[in-house]
Amino acid sequence: MDKTEAQGPKSGLAGAMEWLDKRFPATETFEYHMSKYYAPKNFNFWYYFGFLAMFVLVNQLITGIWLTMNYVPSGDGAFASVEYIMRDVEYGWLMRYLHSTGASFFFVVIYLHMYRALRYGSYRGPRELLWLIGMAIFIALMAEGFFGYLLPWGNMSYWGAQVIVSLFGAIPYIGPDLMEWIRGDFLMSETTLNRFFALHVVALPLVLCVLIFVHLVALHHVGSNNPDGIEIKKNKDENGIPKDGIPFHPYYTVHDIHAMVVFLFIFCAVVFFAPEMGGYFLEKPNFEMADPLKTPDHIAPVWYYTPFYAMLRAATFPLFGLSAKFWGFVVMIGAIVIPMALPWLDRSPVKSMRYKGSISRIMLMIFVISFFILGYLGTQAPSKAGTIAAQVCTALYFAYFILMPWYTRVEKTQPEPERVTG
Amino acid sequence: MSDGAVKDAPDGEGEGGATNSRRYFLIQATSAVAAVGAVGAAWPFIKYWTPSAKAKAAGAAVKIDVSKLAPGEMLSPIVAWRGKPIFVVYRDQAVIDSLEVDTNGLADPDSANPDQQPEFAVNPWRSERPELGVYVGICTHLGCSPKYVESENFEETGQGGFFCPCHGSKFDLAGRVVEGVPAPYNLEVPPYQFESDTVIVIG
Amino acid sequence: MKKLLLTLLLAMPVAAWSAGGSDWPMEDFEGDLHNLPSLQHGFKLYTNYCLGCHGLQFQRYQRTADDLGIPHDIALKNLVFTDQKIGDLMTTAMPKEESKAWFGAAPPDLTMVTRVREPHWVYNYLKTFYVDESRPLGVNNKVFTNVGMPNVLLDLQGVQRQVCTDGVCDELVVEAGTGAMNPEEFDAAIYDLTNFLYYVSEPARLERQRTGVFVLLFLIIFGSFTYLLNREYWKDIDH
Repeated sequence: MDKTEAQGPKSGLAGAMEWLDKRFPATETFEYHMSKYYAPKNFNFWYYFGFLAMFVLVNQLITGIWLTMNYVPSGDGAFASVEYIMRDVEYGWLMRYLHSTGASFFFVVIYLHMYRALRYGSYRGPRELLWLIGMAIFIALMAEGFFGYLLPWGNMSYWGAQVIVSLFGAIPYIGPDLMEWIRGDFLMSETTLNRFFALHVVALPLVLCVLIFVHLVALHHVGSNNPDGIEIKKNKDENGIPKDGIPFHPYYTVHDIHAMVVFLFIFCAVVFFAPEMGGYFLEKPNFEMADPLKTPDHIAPVWYYTPFYAMLRAATFPLFGLSAKFWGFVVMIGAIVIPMALPWLDRSPVKSMRYKGSISRIMLMIFVISFFILGYLGTQAPSKAGTIAAQVCTALYFAYFILMPWYTRVEKTQPEPERVTG
Repeated sequence: MSDGAVKDAPDGEGEGGATNSRRYFLIQATSAVAAVGAVGAAWPFIKYWTPSAKAKAAGAAVKIDVSKLAPGEMLSPIVAWRGKPIFVVYRDQAVIDSLEVDTNGLADPDSANPDQQPEFAVNPWRSERPELGVYVGICTHLGCSPKYVESENFEETGQGGFFCPCHGSKFDLAGRVVEGVPAPYNLEVPPYQFESDTVIVIG
Repeated sequence: MKKLLLTLLLAMPVAAWSAGGSDWPMEDFEGDLHNLPSLQHGFKLYTNYCLGCHGLQFQRYQRTADDLGIPHDIALKNLVFTDQKIGDLMTTAMPKEESKAWFGAAPPDLTMVTRVREPHWVYNYLKTFYVDESRPLGVNNKVFTNVGMPNVLLDLQGVQRQVCTDGVCDELVVEAGTGAMNPEEFDAAIYDLTNFLYYVSEPARLERQRTGVFVLLFLIIFGSFTYLLNREYWKDIDH
């Protein structure tokens, strides 16, 4: 206790906090990020998913650490160790299902979180960097999911990874050597499994945590967007507090906690009653150990990659002297990174879909529908009609971005309100 | 005072007081339910660390054949029960007799600590049969495995015993700990029974 | 837009992976893990007719006996034919190299056969062996065409032949009196065997569902409190 205090040492919690605050900015940090972080009062349904993504991340980290305690990253032992966890380890089945279901829900939540940004223009200035960091998180998450998917060493793990690694073979000149370098072997092997394990359990989780931290720092620096897409900081009261802002804590903490419980209800319903989700969350061929001599009848990546996988397969003809395989690779990578350009593609005077014109709304709707159709096509065996549909949807997917500078300028927009609306 | 769009916080008397007490109750109640949930959620993670079915199967009963053991010999501690080394000593008559009388300098000569042996082993030999001693070969100090030493190195009883190289604890041939060493208890006697005169089932 | 998304989500058909690739009209199969006599009978059939070649290498005798309500000594006496212990994994004694020489491929482990394929696939597969002299083993299968497995249940089922009309062979008939079981008994036995494999594929299934009920009930209670708390605080906000 500090004896120089005029009123003498304080007792209990207050005293402890005072001691701590002199040495660490505990109260200051809490106020900056929580109790004096003013968020717009008109957040709606779409604004839950950032918090929920954090929540799923924590679930993945904890269950992941626990799974690692019994997982054996070896060609002979990996598959057996997963079944060992499922059968012999107390509540091992629960850890595994929480983790596998969590992976799928992570993407559900992230896709909805990203859709929110498209809907309300959250990527627009001054939040360009926030958006770019978010895109980096998305790409890191895709890599994390990809590396993790090999670890159960099931037959789908094996061949799925084989297909994705083979993509790099499409790069001219260095492709074949690059493939060998990624695998560390002439085919997918224990060496590959070991490096994927290291990346999945150590490297990428660290990258993700750092990126998410930076994402939050950037968010709290520029302030949250809202469904009206107007800056609440433009209207402040005499204390410098935004008139349409409310302290994040307690108002949005109680909000988010309730959202968390609702989310948990859906999540647990899947974990406890449908962990395979009809073959979408845990694919059937993955209950068979990896067999380098036997490809499953039908290879499909997990559902969250299928939109991009469908675009990869949609490239079926060579162009400019380069193979269709190469173009498939380019289209897939392009589809993943093109949203990064959004802050500079959107030339609309308004941010939110509420005030944008009808072309923007229609384009967004077409974009979302194309994404769903591509996701569905990616789960299906290739067919002639499917390929044509995928090509059309790929074109529509890219059209949303490429035509944006044009249609956001020509359409008639509605005036933004001065203050946020309900 | 107002925080942005927040209406003036109702505090003090009257309606505000009722609001506060309702809020206080809801916070307490929600926290209590959340605490129950947290304990429930933590339980699988705690249980996950307990021995798995595989560990339990490996820790099941083991059989030891003692037919080749001669008086004065000890079965080298290769036999593991639950992964622990097991000492089986075949004591000759001189040792059996001395264990009854040479109790000077022993910390717990009468096996008063019930955690260290089954009921049947509460006797001077700490075994079911006086000639055959069965002990868990793990020092009760910090878990090293003691070594069997000949009588000349064991001045306390003159009959040999077990000496722990880690911190110098000593036990006599009945696994009883000598006074003035770091180990607090006698060596553990595992649960065991004789399947026949020459086969012991441990566990 | 919200509605549209939801509709699309719900409209997505459940993925169906075909297995075997045959157009045999499959009978339905509904597993029942509460039916212990069925599971016990299936366990016995498995150890007698299947375990010689097909291991259940991830599952232990002990867990199985405990879950199926079989005392350990009875299980050891009647169901464990090797010198294995109760805590051991249910591996097969057949060496892989030899079996490969006999059948061309090592018989697969069946611990998760009902998760790789569907339980009803296994059920129909086991019932549709028929005499086919053109095959090396003299038998073929309607669900798994040109399968390399002999009909080990021949003694129970009897000799089954396909009946063809106009070149379409979509009927199987058992020669009466050639099997130890009549067709109803055999169907019941295959049900029990498949039910047992359904259990083995995920032994924690019942525990999972039981736990799930409690978790969801708890979340409803917790959710009502968080709902009230949220509503209470948001009374402060003009919106």
